[in-house]
Amino acid sequence: MSHAPTNKSSGPIQRIRRDHKVRNFHQAKWDEPVVFELHRPGERGVIPPGTEAGIASEVGGAASLIPSAMHRSEAPKLPEIGQAKVLRHYLRLSQETLGSDLNVEIGQGTCTMKYIPRINEMLIRTPNMMELHPLQDPDTAQGILEVYHRLDLAMREISGMDAFSFQPSSGTQALLAMASIVRAYHDSRGEGEQRDEIITTIFSHPSQAATAAVKGYKIITLHPDEDGFPDLEKLKNAVSERTAGFVVANPEDTGIYNHRIREFTDVVHAAGGVCFYDQANANGLLGITRAKEAGFDMCFFNLHKTFAAPHMCGGPATGALGVAEPFVQFLPGPLVVHEDGKYALKDQPDASIGKVRSFHGVAQTVLRAYAWIMALGAEGLRDVARIAVLNNNYLYHKILQIRGASAPYIKGRRLEQVRYSWKQLADETGVTTEDITRRMCDFGLHYWTSHHPYIVPQPFTLEPTESYSKEDLDEYIQALAHISEEAYTNPDIVKTAPHNSTVHRNDESSLDDPAQWCITWRAYLKKAQSK
Amino acid sequence: MSENRAFAHPYIPNTVPEVQEAMLKEIGLTSIEQLHEAIPDSLKLDGLMDLPPAMNEYELRRHVEGLLAKNKHAGAGGYLNFLGAGCWQHFVPAICDEINQRSEFVTAYAGEPYEDHGRFQSLFEYQSLVAELVDMDVVNVPTFDWAQAASTAIRMAGRMTARPVALLPKSVDPDKAKIIRNYCTPVMELRELEIDPVTGKLDMEDLRRKLTEEVAAVYFENPGYLGIIEDRGAEIAALAHAAGAISIVGVDPISLGLLEPPSRYGADIVCGDLQPLGMHMNYGGGQSGFIATHDEEKFVMEYPSRLFGIVPTEVEGEYGFGDVAYERTSFALREKGKESVGTQTALWGITAGVYLSLLGPHGMRELGETIVQKARYAARKLADIPGVTLRFAATDFFKEFVVDFGGTGLTVAEINRRLLAEGIFGGKDLSASYPEWGQSALYCVTEIHAQADLDRLADAIRKVVSPQ
Repeated sequence: MSHAPTNKSSGPIQRIRRDHKVRNFHQAKWDEPVVFELHRPGERGVIPPGTEAGIASEVGGAASLIPSAMHRSEAPKLPEIGQAKVLRHYLRLSQETLGSDLNVEIGQGTCTMKYIPRINEMLIRTPNMMELHPLQDPDTAQGILEVYHRLDLAMREISGMDAFSFQPSSGTQALLAMASIVRAYHDSRGEGEQRDEIITTIFSHPSQAATAAVKGYKIITLHPDEDGFPDLEKLKNAVSERTAGFVVANPEDTGIYNHRIREFTDVVHAAGGVCFYDQANANGLLGITRAKEAGFDMCFFNLHKTFAAPHMCGGPATGALGVAEPFVQFLPGPLVVHEDGKYALKDQPDASIGKVRSFHGVAQTVLRAYAWIMALGAEGLRDVARIAVLNNNYLYHKILQIRGASAPYIKGRRLEQVRYSWKQLADETGVTTEDITRRMCDFGLHYWTSHHPYIVPQPFTLEPTESYSKEDLDEYIQALAHISEEAYTNPDIVKTAPHNSTVHRNDESSLDDPAQWCITWRAYLKKAQSK
Repeated sequence: MSENRAFAHPYIPNTVPEVQEAMLKEIGLTSIEQLHEAIPDSLKLDGLMDLPPAMNEYELRRHVEGLLAKNKHAGAGGYLNFLGAGCWQHFVPAICDEINQRSEFVTAYAGEPYEDHGRFQSLFEYQSLVAELVDMDVVNVPTFDWAQAASTAIRMAGRMTARPVALLPKSVDPDKAKIIRNYCTPVMELRELEIDPVTGKLDMEDLRRKLTEEVAAVYFENPGYLGIIEDRGAEIAALAHAAGAISIVGVDPISLGLLEPPSRYGADIVCGDLQPLGMHMNYGGGQSGFIATHDEEKFVMEYPSRLFGIVPTEVEGEYGFGDVAYERTSFALREKGKESVGTQTALWGITAGVYLSLLGPHGMRELGETIVQKARYAARKLADIPGVTLRFAATDFFKEFVVDFGGTGLTVAEINRRLLAEGIFGGKDLSASYPEWGQSALYCVTEIHAQADLDRLADAIRKVVSPQ
């Protein structure tokens, strides 16, 4: 190793100044081609296992073993790429992805982006997990079945419900399963035709309404009162002999906890409806309050949110579905049971909705959630809830001091998240919440607005979870304050962002035009023309 | 703050007492309990939940590894596996695991096309690679599994035709049919199509009878659940089209280097499971469904899924990616959107893209050939055993086949129990789902089985079924 010649000076090494207030960030920018452009005829990425001569001589060539009409007439136009090039390409694409491991990801409200413990990722990567077949004899799968059972017991304690299914593989699929159970329940009582309405609220996740509609229900959506609470009077007016069920999150995506929730569930029960609880926002409630005491018949938790399983770019995941005793018969099957000293898979009775996902759901996520609970215990889970709420209220307090930011509805404390508004900033500067989305990328931070429709104008939704330190929160707050300052002094820098990201602003004009949209490379090659 | 713990929890930095105190003070509170004042006391838990005590990382590792050690796994150092039936043991290239274990991909979620450019590009590439395999121009960001993909394909057809019925052959996996039935009830009705008891293929007469003007879609699989290759796809599609119905074909994508893709025999919508393309079995956690169609507005606008498209950016030379026709989704329109969308199986989509990039056209063809040869070899070896026959002996199959043990006098359950003692997971017992076939089992053979493995299976079964 050689050293460049240096001018010897008598003074000490210069101290490097590190006093910039926002992170001096630039995301990886590899200018990576689309994978088809890496094609070089003859290169191979991997050689799959082949046929032994003894087999070939016994059965003959493959072409003789399939109907001639079914022999592929033209090879798929997949690229031919050497192995190192494939690895490099996808590693570069991974570097151009800002996972929650790499940023203070408090900007994706409603999604509980918490720390993903590495021990859990290690635990799932063993042949004793990866190489299990879902149909192998349960006697040979006692370990994973015990994990399912133990998680079931823990989730019962956390929620007050009487049994859990881990088959639903996302919150949306759990909601679909719950809407299906509502239908099966009313059918079993001869009221399936009559009860054709499901009531939800506008600050609940869009999938609550969407999955109920998939199950053929009419949707009634309640808007909040002036303080942001679901409106009890509106609920009383909405329920009738047509009410099949009521689905809600609490707190809703505003972070406002509906303290009259028991009155809501009582009203729905009095009308003969089923109450089901979207616990996507449960992170501030663990060990504090439960679905059972609030009067719910069913609930689900996102194991990939509250229980620290990763989000995997959008799944696979688990929506752990818990029900009170009268609804156990309707759960999708089979259920894991502990009988005669061993674990077994028990088929569900005919009343069951059947199945919502193949096999037993996403076993890796079940294992991760179990490991996370075991790393925390009862006290740790309560700490999660407390610190998630503490972090959120600290953030809330500081965000409201930023020029142009506000939080509509009640002025008091919120639970684990807040839906804020940049309405004043947008009115005064023309900078919108979408502009800020793009500008936050420049500081290595993610930021999200809200589900649609935008009831809160110029919305953004922050959920700091328990995972971030005070300094982490301060970094995020500082970045938002910096952008607010820019909006008032140099709005163009915000409007034209991102500047330090992998790419610049998309020209989105083609995305809604059937003549122009290109959903695959081959469609692009057919449709795109040089100027 | 924690009453009993003397140190901060490693996952919760602000359990440091001084930090907690400072933050509480900053927001004007004096105790941490005040944070939950919005919750009425009547709804609050008294004391701590009844859960096992917390473990440190080393204790946790010992505990969980101890639990998992009670499993018997397939693959190297484990059991020889012949179970398939919707989750299949295939070769997984090392690079698939390397990429899908990358921290960035494992922990990304809902980022914008800017900070998550790589997530968008890799999912666009997966769409594009599967599109080549199925020879269609549109593929979705993947859904939960094949059953969900088939369910959605049927609901898409229902909306496109405004008809309420879908036809499904009896040879569809009964568990998959349960999922489809639940998803379609009460908006659409499923009617079963008979299969030919000798060939296992679709009963064409029954199809003609049932293709009424109520029928939105005819769904069949190729290769099917029972492994059978249906060679009359063009005829089925033509019948469906003549009746004004949509032709939907479910497909095992790993067969498509060798077998003709359904688009070439008239399929309007193709669906299937990506699990064979680089996902470990994971006790069924590797499933991932895809849907493909032609690039026509009437199809594209019926997808509930996200569809990533390629676009220019404001800087010449950059590829950008974004959501195509977002306004059709439930994210945009709640209950007025197409079905629902949310977290599904994106990471398996990325992995399938990596897999297809590695295999290429030659790898996919060789793989298909290897599988079909090995499966045939195994089937012949088993059929040589006295009392053992193939249920559909004259029909070509891909990687699975139905073995009838009726002549052995033993139940499949008993045979599988004895095979287990030999270190073998025998095929899936079909006797409860298809009682008319007696003691039959569905065996799966793939490229991972060496000739010696298949000979070992045949020897073991011969031993198990021969009279003592």
